This record gives sequence, C-alpha cells and structure tokens, in this order.
Amino acid sequence: MIDTTTVLAGQTIAYTLYVIVILLLMGWFGYQITRKGKSEGIKPALFYSFVGFLVVLGVSLHIVTHETIPWKPIDLNRDKIAHDKLFEISIKDHQYKLPADTLKIDQNDMVLFKVTSEDLTYGFGLFRQDNSMLFQMQVIPGHMNDILWKFDKPQVYTIRSTEYSGWKGSNMILKDVVVVK
Amino acid sequence: MSFINTFMNGEQGLFKPVNLTPMQKLTLRFVVVGLFYYLFAVVEGMLMRIHLAAPGALMDDKQFFAIMTAHPLVGIFGSSYSIVFGAFLFLVPFLMKKPLWSIKLANWTLWLVAIGTFTFWFAGFLSHYSPLYTLYWPLPADFTQFSVVGGIFFVLGIALVMVGTLFFVLNIFKTIAYTPEGSEKQIKGVLASALGFRRLKNADGTNVVSTPVAAIARGTVDTMLNAGIITFTGVLILVYMVAALLGHDLKHSAVDALLYKNWFWWGLDLIADGLVLIFVAGTWYLLASLITGKKIFMEKWARAALLVEMIVSWFVWSHHLMSDQAQPAFLKIFSGEMLTAFELITQGLAFFITLATLWQARPLQMSNPLKFLLGGLTGFALAVPAGIMQADLGLNRILHNTQWIVGPHVHVAILVGLTMTLYSAIYFLFPILTNGAKLYSQKLANFHFWAHLLGGIGMGAFMGMAGLKGMLRRSVYFNGEFNLYMILAALAGSLLLFAFLAFFFNIVMSLGLKGVIGIFTPSEKKTKDLLPS
Repeated sequence: MIDTTTVLAGQTIAYTLYVIVILLLMGWFGYQITRKGKSEGIKPALFYSFVGFLVVLGVSLHIVTHETIPWKPIDLNRDKIAHDKLFEISIKDHQYKLPADTLKIDQNDMVLFKVTSEDLTYGFGLFRQDNSMLFQMQVIPGHMNDILWKFDKPQVYTIRSTEYSGWKGSNMILKDVVVVK
Repeated sequence: MSFINTFMNGEQGLFKPVNLTPMQKLTLRFVVVGLFYYLFAVVEGMLMRIHLAAPGALMDDKQFFAIMTAHPLVGIFGSSYSIVFGAFLFLVPFLMKKPLWSIKLANWTLWLVAIGTFTFWFAGFLSHYSPLYTLYWPLPADFTQFSVVGGIFFVLGIALVMVGTLFFVLNIFKTIAYTPEGSEKQIKGVLASALGFRRLKNADGTNVVSTPVAAIARGTVDTMLNAGIITFTGVLILVYMVAALLGHDLKHSAVDALLYKNWFWWGLDLIADGLVLIFVAGTWYLLASLITGKKIFMEKWARAALLVEMIVSWFVWSHHLMSDQAQPAFLKIFSGEMLTAFELITQGLAFFITLATLWQARPLQMSNPLKFLLGGLTGFALAVPAGIMQADLGLNRILHNTQWIVGPHVHVAILVGLTMTLYSAIYFLFPILTNGAKLYSQKLANFHFWAHLLGGIGMGAFMGMAGLKGMLRRSVYFNGEFNLYMILAALAGSLLLFAFLAFFFNIVMSLGLKGVIGIFTPSEKKTKDLLPS
C-alpha cells in the first residue's frame, strides 16, 4: 500500500512546481504588459481551451486520487470490508480511554478504530515518531466515528487529538501507544 | 517642506478635509477603521507566531487560544468587512450615478462593525473565551472551560457586527433598486438584473447594471445569508449562556453536533467560498476596466461565472466535513469534492478574464493599483488550487487541520489574494476620495508591495511545509518539533508587519495628522453627492 509520506512527497513536488510556474508567469506578465508594442486581441479559442482545461483538471484530480490513493476507496466502502482487528476507544474530559495500554497490531492487519466522544468534539490521529501524520478523523459526540486502516509497515505510533477542544485539550497525546509488528 | 510640517499637514498640504463630502468622509472612515483592525490582526498574528515558536515565552495557552479565537474575526469583520463595506457603499452609487440610498444607515453600519469588533475582542481578551470561530458544538457552551459572562459579551459583539452587516445589505439593495428624488423613474427589474435573474440592456447593447455592481449584489446575497446564520447560531449559544447564568444546565445533547456542524459550515462558507470570491472577482473586473479604460474581456462569461459562483457557494460546505465519518458519503463526494471543484473553474475564469483585459490594453504603466492587483491575482492563483487539493477525500485524510490548510490556503488567500486586491482598490480610490492628495513616497509604496507579497507567500509556504510534515493547526508543540518552520514563518510574518507600518506611515504623511483627524469631524458640505461639484 502506498504510504501517506509518498503521497505527501508527491503533493509537495507537484504544488512546489505549480507555485514556481505561477510566480514566473505573473512576473513575465507584469513585465510584458508594461512593454511598448501593439496590443493584440486574445482569441476566444484560447479562453475556451482554458475553460476546458479547468474542467478536466477539476474532475480528474478526484478520479486520479480515487485510483491511486488506497485509503480513499477503503474509506468509502469501509462498511463492506472485513477487518482483522477492532479497537473501541472513548473520549471524555479530554482523556482517551483505550481498550489496553498498548494497541498491538500485526503487520498487514486491516484495523477498524471506533471512537466515541461523551462530551466535546475531538480529533483522533495517528502520528509517526518523526511527528508526521498517518491519518486522522474527527470525533463528534453523539455519533459513531470509525476509520478502517491497513497497517503494512512495522512502526510505532502516537495518538493525538487533531481537533481543538478548548485550552484543556493541548495535552491530548498518548505517546507510542500503537505498535505494529 | 519640513518633516514635522508634512507630518502635520500632509504631502504639500494638498489634503483638505474641509472640502470632503459626507460620502467621501464616510468611505475614508471605513478604510481607517478597517486598517486599524488590520493592524490589530497582524500584531495578534505575530504574537501567535512567537507563541508557536517559543510556547510560554509571552503568554500561556489560555491567552493564546483567546487570541486565536479573536484573530480571524477581527481580520474578517473588523478589517475586511469595514474596507469592503466602505468601498462598496461608495462604488455602487458611483457606478450607478446616483446617491447612496441612506448615508445615515451607512454610518450605523460603520459604528456597529467598529464597536462590535472591539466588544468581542475585548470580551475574549479579558475572559479568555476561546471556542474558536469554528464553535464546534458543544464547545461554545462548555462553561467548565469558559466564562459565561465573557461569552455573553463576545456573542453580543458579534451580534452588533451582524446588525451592521444587515444594514449594509439593505443599503446596497435599496441603492441599486431605488429612484432618487427628482430623477426620472428607474426601469423595473434593475435589482433582479443585478442578481442575475433578468437581462436588462440599454439601447446601445450595454448592461443596465454593470458587471462590478452585479458582483457586489450577488456577493451581498451571501453576506445576508451568512449574517442570518451567524445571528441564529449566536442566539442558540446565548440561550445556553443565559440558562447557565440563571443556574440551569441545559442538555448539550439536545443539539446534534453533526447537524450543527453542517449548519455552521453552510453559513460560514457563504463568506469563505461565497462573498469573498464573488466580491474579489467583481473588484478585479472593476479595477481592470478602470486601469485600462477598456471593456472587460468576455464580459458575458464573467457575469455568468459570478452567478454560478453565488449558487455554487450554497452547496460546497461539506468539504469542511470530509474527516467527519458520520457525514454521508454522498455529501462528501457531491458537495465536498465535485461542486467544490467548480470554484477552480469560476475563480480560474475570473483570473483569466482579468489578465486578458489587462493584456489587451498594453502597454500599461506599472502603477500601484496595477501591481497590487497582480499581487491579488497571484494570491488566489496559489491559494485556490491548494484548497481544491485538500477538498479531496484521499488528501484530506492527511491534510485536515494541519498547517497546510491555514498556510498555503487560508492565509495566502486572505493576506495575498484578498488584502492585496483591497490595497489595489485603496491605492486607486485614494486620489478620488481625497480630492487629489499626493502620495508621500513611492519608495514606501514599493516596499509595501514587495514586503507584503514576499511576507504573505513566505509565511504561507513555511506553514504549509510544517503541515506536510504533520504539524497541526490550533495546536501547541512544546518540544520544538517544528521550530525551524515556525521561526521562518514568524520572520516572513514580520515582513507583513513592516509592510503595513510602511503603508500606514506613507498614508499618514500623505494626509497629515490634521487631515486624518479631519476625516472624523462632521462634513461641512450638505450634499448627497459623492464628490464635490
């Protein structure tokens, strides 16, 4: 399974290139419009081509990610996919309540996390030891919040709330409590 | 002319407040209030940047989150709303060649927004009421963390701003629709035409309602709907607060948190994805046509895109709930992904049309309005695709609530895209509103441009890099995990502060201290005309 770091590296490269192109384009444009010379009209065909490009870009982004980012179809079909392990977690008074001190996962397990809140809106995210994010979801009170994830690498993860729940929520961190072997 | 003399009387003593019409004074007051609150927001931003790089050095977390709650509201309502309202209350009558429907109501708008902003800021500052602008239920009514009294004053401050906003809405719609006393009766359906529901043409084939006025009218629809949502939400929170004051603890679960979140984001997106984009596109068209003196390129498409943008803005809220697993998948895909992608198209069209309008008129002189307009276009060209990326179910799973959202998307859109567009309008309107006052220093204006552009893009970029490495927004890291990025973001942010100080100094030196004070004294001219005859 493609790792989230790979996707983020791809995004970093793509967006950085895009930023460079836009800055160069705007710099070139700013220079050109001040230069002397006869003004030429812009053909409508260029405009319509640009509209077509935007439409294709807007639609294709989501199709491409659906086909290349594995957790997207897993998430949309999670009620139909069997899980190897289930962890039920609850949150109250800015405290996570885990089913065990350490959540042990076997490599390649498909794991379902069901998280409930008894009071506020919180977040539930898993983070690597270098602080990068594996995934996150919101935890809304009064609703079941579940996420299905395939762990295909041995790794240790920290649970951290990814949503602001007041100043008391600053320390909602459980260090190295998810272990994949 | 000595420095002191210029400081007191302005550049060459050209600015004479005594010659200003009530409308000119009103507009300038809006701008001054807006700039004052912009300074507030920038200083708050810098304090937060310092806390993120060195937690506890200046303040504790309670104070930090209270600032974080007030900061976007001061920036949006106190600064952007003031400048935008002031500019549009002047421009709509200016473009329609008739007086504003009610100067008195516009004055109410000004002071309600100004006083309301100070009220909620001060309430937050004193009481540390900090449920953030997101107000995720039941956080705003969690009185184990927040003061009830502080919260009540906070909500009342917001309510004052909303009343002022509704007065603005009424004034804009009435100004478009009414026939001034003594004038020939205006043809029917002008407001419907402005909103896009009728096509009204003059005998020469031009639109009865110009495209910028149509943009203002359509953005004002979203402004009105948003004010209604925020007011309703405020009343709901107030019910819980008053009950708590009277010793009753109302059940939080009586309000469904997910339904509330949908309701809230539906309303809030009318600002972020509605009026901001529509107003900005309209301002780009106006500035491009004023700078070039030419018709807007592909004007029919521009008008159509404005209407599409207004309608699209009513249906895109679900992109804020992509990480909410209880949110129906249909809404995530249809509203969150597909309809949100329309914003790439509508904003892309506005970008292209504005550039094409400028291109067809070249050669142009690189004036201050033009360079800031190009800066504004650059900001949205960078920020909109960043937003479209995070509005994807796959990417949102690893981007939601990270610094990516608030850096390359939110701050680049607001600081570079929106603010530079507003600066362009301010530089353009400056000689019109001041009856020909001269700018004190072009060098300072150039510094303002470059420091703001590089500071805004730089801050957004370093925040984005931290976000891609896993740094969350609305979170404090106590072990220096992302210090390098936060220090770099703070340095870039300080450029924004210096840019504003240069601009502020330039404006004060242009108008003179006496001139700035004179803006706030009553006008001696008893006229509804916009400019002196």
